Amino acid sequence: MSDIININLFELVSNIKDKKISSNEVTSAYIERSKKSKHLNSYNEETFDLALKKSKEFDSKPDFNKKLPGVPIAVKDLFCTKNVKTTASSKILNNFVPTYESTVTQNLWNEGAILLGKLNCDEFAMGSSNETSFFGNVISPIDKDLVPGGSSGGSASALAAKLTPTTIGTDTGGSIRQPASFTGTVGLKPTYGSCSRYGIVAFASSLDQAGPLTRNVKDSALMLEVMSSFDNKDSTSVDFIRPQYSKDLSKEIKGKKIGIPKEYRVDGMSEEIEKLWNDGKNYLKNCGAEIVDISLPHTKFALPSYYIVAPAEASSNLARYDGVKYGFRTKGDNLVDMYEKTRSEGFGDEVKRRIMIGTYVLSSGYYDAYYLKAQKVRRLIKNDFNDAFKKVDAILTPSTPSSAFKIGDKSNDPVSMYLNDIFTVPVNLAGLPGISIPAGLDKKGYPLGLQIIGKAFDEQNILNIAYSMEDKINFKLDIKDWWMK
Amino acid sequence: MDEVSKDDSYLIERNGNKYEIVIGLEVHAQVLSESKLFSTSPTKFGAEPNTQVSLVDAAFPGMLPVINEFCIKQAIKTGIGLNSKINNKSIFDRKNYFYADLPQGYQISQYKDPIVGEGSVVLDLTSGSKIIGIERLHLEQDAGKSIHDIDPVNTLVDLNRSGVALMEIVSKPDLRSPEEVNAYIKKLRSIMRYLGTCDGNMQEGSLRADVNVSVRKHGDDKYGTRCEIKNVNSIKFMQMAIEYEANRQVDILEDGGKIDQETRLFDTKKNETRSMRSKEDAHDYRYFPDPDLLPLEFDNNYIEQIKKQIPELPDQKKARFIEKFNLSSYEANILVSDLDTSKYFEEVIKNSDVKLSSNWITGELFALLNEKNLEISESPISAINLSKLINLIKDGTISGKIAKTVFELMSDGDKNPIDVVKDKGLKQQSDPKELEKLIEKVINENQDKVKEYKSGKEKLFGFFVGQVMKVSSGKANPKLVNEILKNKLK
Repeated sequence: MSDIININLFELVSNIKDKKISSNEVTSAYIERSKKSKHLNSYNEETFDLALKKSKEFDSKPDFNKKLPGVPIAVKDLFCTKNVKTTASSKILNNFVPTYESTVTQNLWNEGAILLGKLNCDEFAMGSSNETSFFGNVISPIDKDLVPGGSSGGSASALAAKLTPTTIGTDTGGSIRQPASFTGTVGLKPTYGSCSRYGIVAFASSLDQAGPLTRNVKDSALMLEVMSSFDNKDSTSVDFIRPQYSKDLSKEIKGKKIGIPKEYRVDGMSEEIEKLWNDGKNYLKNCGAEIVDISLPHTKFALPSYYIVAPAEASSNLARYDGVKYGFRTKGDNLVDMYEKTRSEGFGDEVKRRIMIGTYVLSSGYYDAYYLKAQKVRRLIKNDFNDAFKKVDAILTPSTPSSAFKIGDKSNDPVSMYLNDIFTVPVNLAGLPGISIPAGLDKKGYPLGLQIIGKAFDEQNILNIAYSMEDKINFKLDIKDWWMK
Repeated sequence: MDEVSKDDSYLIERNGNKYEIVIGLEVHAQVLSESKLFSTSPTKFGAEPNTQVSLVDAAFPGMLPVINEFCIKQAIKTGIGLNSKINNKSIFDRKNYFYADLPQGYQISQYKDPIVGEGSVVLDLTSGSKIIGIERLHLEQDAGKSIHDIDPVNTLVDLNRSGVALMEIVSKPDLRSPEEVNAYIKKLRSIMRYLGTCDGNMQEGSLRADVNVSVRKHGDDKYGTRCEIKNVNSIKFMQMAIEYEANRQVDILEDGGKIDQETRLFDTKKNETRSMRSKEDAHDYRYFPDPDLLPLEFDNNYIEQIKKQIPELPDQKKARFIEKFNLSSYEANILVSDLDTSKYFEEVIKNSDVKLSSNWITGELFALLNEKNLEISESPISAINLSKLINLIKDGTISGKIAKTVFELMSDGDKNPIDVVKDKGLKQQSDPKELEKLIEKVINENQDKVKEYKSGKEKLFGFFVGQVMKVSSGKANPKLVNEILKNKLK
């Protein structure tokens, strides 16, 4: 049944529940395809044998009340998975096998899902092209030498190449939405505090948030429903009544006010992106929504403050990788020598760059000018959104300033790489939910995404807007299986 | 009560110049709590290495700290005990540095916004009372322990202590002598033991201090440059370190030199402080608010609820003892400084004379405990039996002297003094007829002395009393013996 891989998650679940298809058949189909797709380098670790075993166990004793009954899922290698190697795509963790499970992945398994493997990503989620991984760059199934975006590049590539029916990633400054935009998939970053951070290798604690990458909006709603939970093991987890996102999904958005922030019309933005954004407005109008011009005046300060706050937190979060307790170690003449060798050899260039930036901005004498100021800017950015949401129900922006770029194009120019996150970063700084949906193709035939930003904990609303737009956009992307062997 | 004053009782003299010592303490007190500050691991002392370590304590990837509310309450209680301002909002910060026994690569502490602000404690010194200002109290994690002397090549790490809650109590630079430091530490310990917030056990490291020392010419208003002596774990060592350090600084100043601000270590074997690092080499800890933890906030009602659980504290108890039992300030101090002693005392005086009870506890009982190296909670004589003994003295059944013998016998298995007196026949001889017989016997046997007495050598009266006591094996009622003897010798 080669068609299995073409069935979207929501229907796949129905088919399994209706016993039209078994978990083992689904799992086998994805494994078979994944095995032929090594060229994409999207997996860090494959757990195929275990997955087959679990699928048989499921079929022998199926529980169809589960939300993801026997569904195989590959996940980003930033989620700690019990007894399965978890590396964050870093040499410094390349032998690390957790004895514990992250809350988000546990939620998946609790609803019947089965782990297919761990997906490549940028090292410690630091990157926008999946080129910083210790295990090599990931290739987009869309074109031979195209990046899938990052940091959840393995997730986006595997999803777009149909190596997994759905996947999960993490988003600190755009790491779900940008790769989703680059690969023609749907990427949702939930409100900060919606999904537990327990068991996720930390990059920047005040910004990190897990979320789904899916083929369509309905699947996204279903995945969020499973992933999101209040967790007392994470002090920043928020206890709110979590809706049944997929059940409550609706295309009725008549009368909704959608804001268009003028500050997102950045210098040098291509006509293609301009057109995409305009098309988006028209789709929304056609759905009965009202377009409102708004201002988010501090937008231009978002990227610089993000690149202070995120590295600052990272420099501290990554201090635990010191060769003492677990992970990679290089012997040294003494403790300091061991630290220096271990960390010099264990971390890649981009990670080191951010540790150095972070260490610098927190140093005494610089703290006020950088970190403290960035936190103040962050507050202003939050206030911008709060003011805007007094007038509108959601905000529409492009997901990225351009389509996917070629491998190697930006890897020697960190600033140009960082600029890729210009539309996604403010959302993390404000802790808001944002969803990227595929909305068109550029001249080269590469996907472009639109982002819908919502109020805190208003995921249902942005999912509904995305759902109705998705219908009008009717995005089609024909991916040839050129990489298959 | 005196204000903080220039106490000139302790000064260092050199070449005719008098120097005053200025001392401030940063006391690290381990919070009495079953589990750690941000994890559920137990905190028991003396467990096998690395057996009380959770994934959070060992800083595994993706692990997150969760505040232990009990530790917060303990810190608030302590703050109340130190008459301090409790801050409704405080922030946990990360103090970043690398060390093998610091798994996270940072210590979670409180930097700019501590849970407890300014307050004070009262010291009871021989010269009177003195108020010592408290600058702040904040919560922080303890580190693990690096062990350098087990393996010849490697340093071993024990993470049992990693993440244990500490309260850092910072004093103002109000202390002026080693004696005041002694009184201050004891007062803090007493308050925290009353509150049940720290066991104050210095041997187990539950209480240790960084000591800031500077000197200045007596009468100067400006503080001198200070040196910080790190991690001193006994009062004796603190005093020794201060004496050494103050004299070292005075020597430098007298030689026309300048004090360098630096961190020093106290070498207990050589009795000297040594430079550890200068101000220039000081760590840059890159403090910033821990993004894994929200600001700690509670309302006044929360504090009020905790206030209701605060027991009577040493100062209040002392005032009550003086007021209600007419004890001297000195006696009251001794009795209240330790909670168990005060409890013991209150138990004894339920049925017995206050003054006698106080004397017996601070005299005989303390001597006995000292000799056997026991805490009062482990006293071989229970409060109820001591109370009975005191009543036997009070009602004249035994003399004070016999009581000491009875006390000694009681200490072997907490015997009832009434039984002891009965079994050993130690009851006081108070029958005048019987006493008369004894006295007559003594007079008859010492006719020469009687002659001397009657001829004016009245000092011999004591000799007769002693002889009577001797023949009665100490049981004769001394008061009656005196009366009868006086009559017989007329």
